[in-house]
Amino acid sequence: MGRRRFLRRFLGLGAVLTGSLAVGGKQAMAHPAQESPPADAPWSQSIGAGVVDRPYGRPADTEASVIRRNVPWLTASAESSVSFSPLQDLHGIITPNGLFFERHHAGRPDVDPAQHKLMIHGLVERPLLLTMKDIMRFPSVSRIHFIECPANGGMNWRAAQMNSLQFSHGMVSCAEWTGVKLSTLLEETGIKNQAKWAMVEGADGAHMNRSLPLDKCLDDCLVVYAQNGEALRPEQGYPLRLVVPGWEGNVNIKWLRRIKLGEKPWHTREETSKYTDLMPDGTSRGFTWLIDAKSVVTFPCPEKPLDGPGLYEIRGLAWTGNGKVKRVDVTMDGGVNWQSARLHEPVLSKALTKFTLPWRWDGRPALVASRVIDETGYVQPTIAQLRAQRGSNSVYHNNSIQTWQVKPDGSVFNVQLA
Amino acid sequence: MYSSRKICLPIVAVLLAAGSLAGAAEPGSFGYGSVATPAQIAGWDIDARGEDGAGLPPGKGTVDRGADVYAEQCAACHGTFGEGEGRFPKLVGGVGSLRDERPEPTVGSYWPFAPTLWDYINRAMPMQAPHTLSADDVYALTAYILNLNDLVPNEFVADRNSLPKVKMRNRDNFIWTDPRPDTMTKPCMNDCANAADVRISSTAEGRNLTPRTTGPLDTMQQK
Repeated sequence: MGRRRFLRRFLGLGAVLTGSLAVGGKQAMAHPAQESPPADAPWSQSIGAGVVDRPYGRPADTEASVIRRNVPWLTASAESSVSFSPLQDLHGIITPNGLFFERHHAGRPDVDPAQHKLMIHGLVERPLLLTMKDIMRFPSVSRIHFIECPANGGMNWRAAQMNSLQFSHGMVSCAEWTGVKLSTLLEETGIKNQAKWAMVEGADGAHMNRSLPLDKCLDDCLVVYAQNGEALRPEQGYPLRLVVPGWEGNVNIKWLRRIKLGEKPWHTREETSKYTDLMPDGTSRGFTWLIDAKSVVTFPCPEKPLDGPGLYEIRGLAWTGNGKVKRVDVTMDGGVNWQSARLHEPVLSKALTKFTLPWRWDGRPALVASRVIDETGYVQPTIAQLRAQRGSNSVYHNNSIQTWQVKPDGSVFNVQLA
Repeated sequence: MYSSRKICLPIVAVLLAAGSLAGAAEPGSFGYGSVATPAQIAGWDIDARGEDGAGLPPGKGTVDRGADVYAEQCAACHGTFGEGEGRFPKLVGGVGSLRDERPEPTVGSYWPFAPTLWDYINRAMPMQAPHTLSADDVYALTAYILNLNDLVPNEFVADRNSLPKVKMRNRDNFIWTDPRPDTMTKPCMNDCANAADVRISSTAEGRNLTPRTTGPLDTMQQK
């Protein structure tokens, strides 16, 4: 822009601004907030920052509260711990990479991709050692899937404890993953007939490992290097992780370094001492990989109360390890009456699905909850139904209906119903 | 000038690769990476199988030696006698507690397989310096922790033959096939309950367990 044109435009803007301020000031006394357009804001009166001012973008400074958060009293150390996604401030089915929940068993290693390798061995015809470059040459696929820690909601097994959407449901996130199908890699090594299981292992300090049935590996598992279009974040396993669609988070091994095929499961510490479900009769369920169907109302919620009576849009998320969400029902009266919500496209298999329902709140107390039905016909249970089967010491796989109590002042609380 | 033969070769290679995408491919069709050598595999092949100890390496360790290694490497977090410091895991006790209101799952009360203990110490402990213990010391620690739990006598020597034979208390109490779905519901839409019977049985209001969700990270500890 020439200097003259710039000055002309700048001066013109100043004239308009001065005028509007003057008019606004005069008329505000007679008809507040109606007559004049709002004054030009400071950011409209100056030139903004140039490109590459932030070569890798970041959220607006005013969004600084929208972060992963932890429960400091929950775990012995931050290195073997969890953080929760701020679901109350997220608006779609994709979790931004910086807000994807974390679960580490020995902290977040910072892996050098140039040195990282994946070994595939055991009951294979041709054991392989692959570099990241090798892996990225294989035919690639991109798929959108959620990952949920089976302990998501674990703090509410016994009673309503966490007065927060972030801390009651934030150990679920969803991303577009890009990588190579595990079946492609296993066909490249060849699979011996006796092989029935795979042991998958990370390069972290805990060499975190789990056993997986070979059928699942060949069905839909992915070995991925990208998340929402960019390289995996270190917190999600950079440079390489396993994605096991619809199964509990901990089998989606991060910093994946080794896959070994065998005849039998390994019964590792993470599938015996941990990630097993203790029943009231003292027995435990092992290999409970599947994430059952679950849904939650994300607005309103304890973090996002209502602002007086009127028309609102109930919003929420639903997901199931069985495949696709078929229907979500919403109640405002604690489950006496239900209405089916609108599902928003895309409705993808083993991915978060968004639902909404308009609601005119009359200002009276309400008990808001959602209930998902998946494509297998499975219906999300109440906490009472789950406890009747599993007691309250099973820690994992609490997929029960979440009830939010709305008080007349619009505040929202996590409650459970008898 | 390229000869037609030189041009054809890459095309054939591409066709072969494309063909292999469609159906069951021959091992090595892509030819990427390198075949892992026995020495390379041995370097990473650390797993020991819980049920039968397959993969346990040579070596051995006594309860006495384990006590020394434990005092140096483990006691700061897990307590002198495995009782656990702070929120770090207890390794001992809880026998008979699994049906209680507050069960205590430990190596003695919960773990089904002894070789898993060797495998886990070897792959993940001590937390601050994993993969620094010798196989003998891992055997010794395994022997000591089993002994603390009264699962093996004082003179027990842990090795690849003895560990799979240790009978763990909770071994037969795991169901390894998932019985879910274990709840059945027909999704009722109207008058599903008597409105007067809808009662709040528990609320998170006023519990003071929830860290804040705005502003800086919370550092709250349990009251």
